[in-house]
Amino acid sequence: MTMDMKDREILQVLESDSRIGDEDLGTMLNLSPAEVRSRINALEKAGILRKYTAVIDWKKAGEDSVTAVVEVKVSPESEFGYDRIALRVARFPEVHSLRLVTGSYDLQLIVVGKTMQEVSEFVSGQIASLENIRETVTHIVMKTYKEHGCELQRSEGIDRLPYSF
Amino acid sequence: MAVNYREVKESIVSHTVSDNSRAARKMSYISKRAQSIPPSGIRKFFDLLLTMSDVISLGVGEPDFNTPWNVSVAGITSIEKGATSYTSNKGLEELRNLISSDLLSRYRLQYDPNDEIIVTGGVSEALDLAVRAVVDPGDEVLVADPCYVSYSPCVILAGGVPITLPCPEENEFRVTPEILMDKVTKNTKLLMFNFPNNPTGGVMDRDDLKAISDIIIDHDILLLSDEIYSELTYESRHVAPASLDPLWERTITLNGFSKAYSMTGWRVGYLCAPPEITAAALKIHQYVMLCAPTMSQYAAIEALQKAEEAKDRMVADFKMRRNLFVAGLNRIGLSCHLPKGAFYAFPSIESTGLSDEEFAERLLIEQQVAVAPGSAFGPSGVGHVRCAYAASREDLDEAVKRIGTFLESL
Repeated sequence: MTMDMKDREILQVLESDSRIGDEDLGTMLNLSPAEVRSRINALEKAGILRKYTAVIDWKKAGEDSVTAVVEVKVSPESEFGYDRIALRVARFPEVHSLRLVTGSYDLQLIVVGKTMQEVSEFVSGQIASLENIRETVTHIVMKTYKEHGCELQRSEGIDRLPYSF
Repeated sequence: MAVNYREVKESIVSHTVSDNSRAARKMSYISKRAQSIPPSGIRKFFDLLLTMSDVISLGVGEPDFNTPWNVSVAGITSIEKGATSYTSNKGLEELRNLISSDLLSRYRLQYDPNDEIIVTGGVSEALDLAVRAVVDPGDEVLVADPCYVSYSPCVILAGGVPITLPCPEENEFRVTPEILMDKVTKNTKLLMFNFPNNPTGGVMDRDDLKAISDIIIDHDILLLSDEIYSELTYESRHVAPASLDPLWERTITLNGFSKAYSMTGWRVGYLCAPPEITAAALKIHQYVMLCAPTMSQYAAIEALQKAEEAKDRMVADFKMRRNLFVAGLNRIGLSCHLPKGAFYAFPSIESTGLSDEEFAERLLIEQQVAVAPGSAFGPSGVGHVRCAYAASREDLDEAVKRIGTFLESL
């Protein structure tokens, strides 16, 4: 699909606020609501617009969970490189994100579990034991400062004056 | 929306003059000139706000974005490095060089960084310097109206006589040759205007400027052009009056960092003019201000070098909010032209039968939406209210709803 300027603007707005309605979006970008909807449908169909989601501070919600950054060294397969092993790892729901990276290790995983034990059992039992996985290093997250562009630890800003010229 | 009104309250308390005789006696110490300038027209709204909660404020004259973080870091770093002493009166050489090349590439404005640019404590200071540099007692100064609240007071403080130059809605808030001709006299020294305009959002394009340039030249008038909103245009690029050849030698161009880079509190702007005028303004600046805040000048250097993208994002966002808000106002029956610049909508409220002051006051009390009455910006603002759409989309949506409810209740 070839995108134009309006498509790009639609994506930018949705990335910061996926709940905005077609009507408002249309008014903001000088498009009719119907045109907004057909553009969004096309973007979804093309796999550009992937998912509408929410950023949640689970800690604040009182839900105890443990997040770990897991570094994985992999022996690439001659025919598939990293892809087959990565796709296999990605299928586990415990794995929230997975990237192939440059540097001293190959795959970087974000793994989430209820307890430290659950995370460590998952990594040693399900990941480390996979064929072609040479080594794993697990870093438990102590505090999350920023997630999906959202600064979680930042306190409220200073209010502006309600009136100024 | 949680607002901390403590500062607001302090500002009111410190300004309130009680009517006891001691205070009255003390008033006699105050110069006639200081007494002659009017107080800010919105004090009673500050007062009212203190008693309220859940207020949506469309009353602010500043962007709602934070200063781009790299720009703030440049300011912090300059303090860490110990750059906390004075700079030259004119401002840092590097900053003046950057301002000069920025004005050239953006607006085809040519100013020599050595003797035609002064870095000031915001455009507010630059405005005062410019007026005091060229206005003698008794000189008439044409003030395009409505305008920012400091214009006439600055003229009065310089001993000049402010003359209102009406720029009503039917002229799309522009300065027209007819009205200019009507107001020019042999005593006219200076014409002051601000485009894109606060409070109307109006702009002057190249043809509009050409249409008045002959009058300015024929009557040997100087032009003070406040271009603080120049980067916030949504339909076409800003045209700087001094980029029109015949106007350069008689124009004082003011601009700054407050609006384009969301740096209102840093207090950094600049004045550009032919060397003789710049030299005169520099004398005043060195005695009253000495130099613009040093850390702010370092932040401004960073802004000109590495904040283009942040600025463009902000402008794109303002444009979308403008479309949303203005459509909302028209939908609920408040006639509003499409503002082409700045971040203000200036709807007419005459259909309500209320004065703009009554409208703003009742809207605040009954629906907790704060807007500024148009009459605070001059006679041509009467019958309008200024709504700053530099607020979150959620707040703008809610504000339109509340204004709609208010209109229905009338």
